[in-house]
Amino acid sequence: MMIKESFGSRLFDVINISLFLVLSFTMFYPLLYCLVLSLSSEVYASQGGFFLYPRSFDLTAYKAVFSKPHLLSGLLNSIARVLISVPISVFFTALCAYPLSRKDMPHRKPLFLFVLFTMLFSGGMVPIYLLYHSIGLLDNRMVYLVQGLISAFNVILIRNYFQNIPDSMHQAAMIDGATEWYIFFRIYLPLSRPILATVAMFQTIFHWNSWYDAVIYMNSDSKVVLQAFLQRIVIEQEWAMLRDNFIGLAPESIKAATVVITVVPIMIVFPFVLKYFSKGIMLGGIKE
Amino acid sequence: MDTNNFKSPKNNALALMFLPCAVYYFIFDYIPMGGLMIAFKDYSIRDGILGSPWVGFQHFETLFSGSEFLLVIKNTLFISIIKIILGFFAPVVFALLLNEIRIGFLRKGFQSLSLLPYLFSWVILASIFRLIFSNSGPANEIISWIGVDKPINWLSDDFWFIVVIISTDIWKGIGIGAIIYMASISAIPIELYKAAKIDGANRFQQIFYITLPQLKPTMITLLILSMGGFLSAGFDQIYNMYNPLVYDVADIIDTYVLRMLTNLNFEIATAAGMFKSVVAVILIMTSNSISKRLTQGQQGLY
Repeated sequence: MMIKESFGSRLFDVINISLFLVLSFTMFYPLLYCLVLSLSSEVYASQGGFFLYPRSFDLTAYKAVFSKPHLLSGLLNSIARVLISVPISVFFTALCAYPLSRKDMPHRKPLFLFVLFTMLFSGGMVPIYLLYHSIGLLDNRMVYLVQGLISAFNVILIRNYFQNIPDSMHQAAMIDGATEWYIFFRIYLPLSRPILATVAMFQTIFHWNSWYDAVIYMNSDSKVVLQAFLQRIVIEQEWAMLRDNFIGLAPESIKAATVVITVVPIMIVFPFVLKYFSKGIMLGGIKE
Repeated sequence: MDTNNFKSPKNNALALMFLPCAVYYFIFDYIPMGGLMIAFKDYSIRDGILGSPWVGFQHFETLFSGSEFLLVIKNTLFISIIKIILGFFAPVVFALLLNEIRIGFLRKGFQSLSLLPYLFSWVILASIFRLIFSNSGPANEIISWIGVDKPINWLSDDFWFIVVIISTDIWKGIGIGAIIYMASISAIPIELYKAAKIDGANRFQQIFYITLPQLKPTMITLLILSMGGFLSAGFDQIYNMYNPLVYDVADIIDTYVLRMLTNLNFEIATAAGMFKSVVAVILIMTSNSISKRLTQGQQGLY
């Protein structure tokens, strides 16, 4: 059925699309700006202003950043953190979600509340710091594994997914003599790939972006992650970090290059974000 | 089959699966909750948490009798209330307007780009914004095109700092916030719109009488959840974007707690943090029960 568009309706479309064009521009311009700034020589970089493309192509800023003592160890720490922590975290989250998804789990409701409550209430900075102190987690890379290992939100996501798997599968396997462990590993985990991938994506973004734990719990520079390095160079503006022996380089370019180095690896996740999010995540209630 | 205890081998397996999770939450969440008793003690590292003497509500009295913490609460409330209100409506409006774009690849492209900031930490974004909002940065260049000759001190002027904090926060969250609404919108049967068109409803009437009511349940859930952030105001963002010139408006509870912690004033830091957590739990539970009552038990978080 085709109805002739009214003038008002078309005007709305034009305004609406223009609005989104401007908004979308602001979504990627900050990154573009950093990229351009990092490639600019001193003259252009210190001039500042609004630019869309580099007026020079100069990789000195990257050479300078990579020559800094803790950049490379920070990068390696961050990569190792994601590669080690994410799979372990996804596994234990699913392992926690499975019994909570089973209707025959004894005391299921109080145990679920036990998990849920950690989402609402926390002991806060000081008691956690003192706990880490007393069990030897300060200045220990194990902190990177422990932080967010099992988040209640992810447990609920996976549990809801498990509950939508028809119970007849479980019953059939039971009749064939399968144990709960077998059913978990061979039936539930393989069937739940989409939600496990989503949680892995959440955890990758979480671990890559964490900086606060490195700032608070780590003393050795060699154990700090990339984000904490970036924080020191750009936010705290540590002079020793910004100083360098390269001629013709503005501090802005060094900062921008560090941002680009931090941003590029996480961009790998972007296609997954689009894939799993554009389908839409349904925010179901977390009801029993 | 016995289903109410852990005696049967089948239930044993389930219990064993839950065990790592239980141990983890006990050590890393529930023990620190117990550690909150520092707020009621005269804590010394030598005596430990349990060995230190109780002092009752003394630290809370100290906290609330000084003007510093009251200013911190005022700043926190001011920033978080604006963030909650605007941050609540912005994704709804974004989703509604995005849904009105009928050119498929444009709609998809706009939505994809809006998800980009979701990937980045506030350390990254604050680093970028410090460059963009610097004196000679692009923000000042752009306003000079529209005739403002004097550069604005975006990050060191009280008023503009708040404007930047709030607008960048909404900017970061708008795409991911809208995702949830887009999912609800796509679940609306197309017949509803066809019927409305036949009845002569124009596009705005369709938005207001069909789309918006369908989003209400999701909106309520998100509003309840946002209540938990009432005293948060966004530590990651503010800590990485503020500077001493704007402490008057930018010092919030979390930055205060961190400062007390680095001054080794553990009791005050714990008391302030605990005040924040308790208020958050009360607000979530209250708004949840109000929502349940208003909707006859239909709409609640749990």
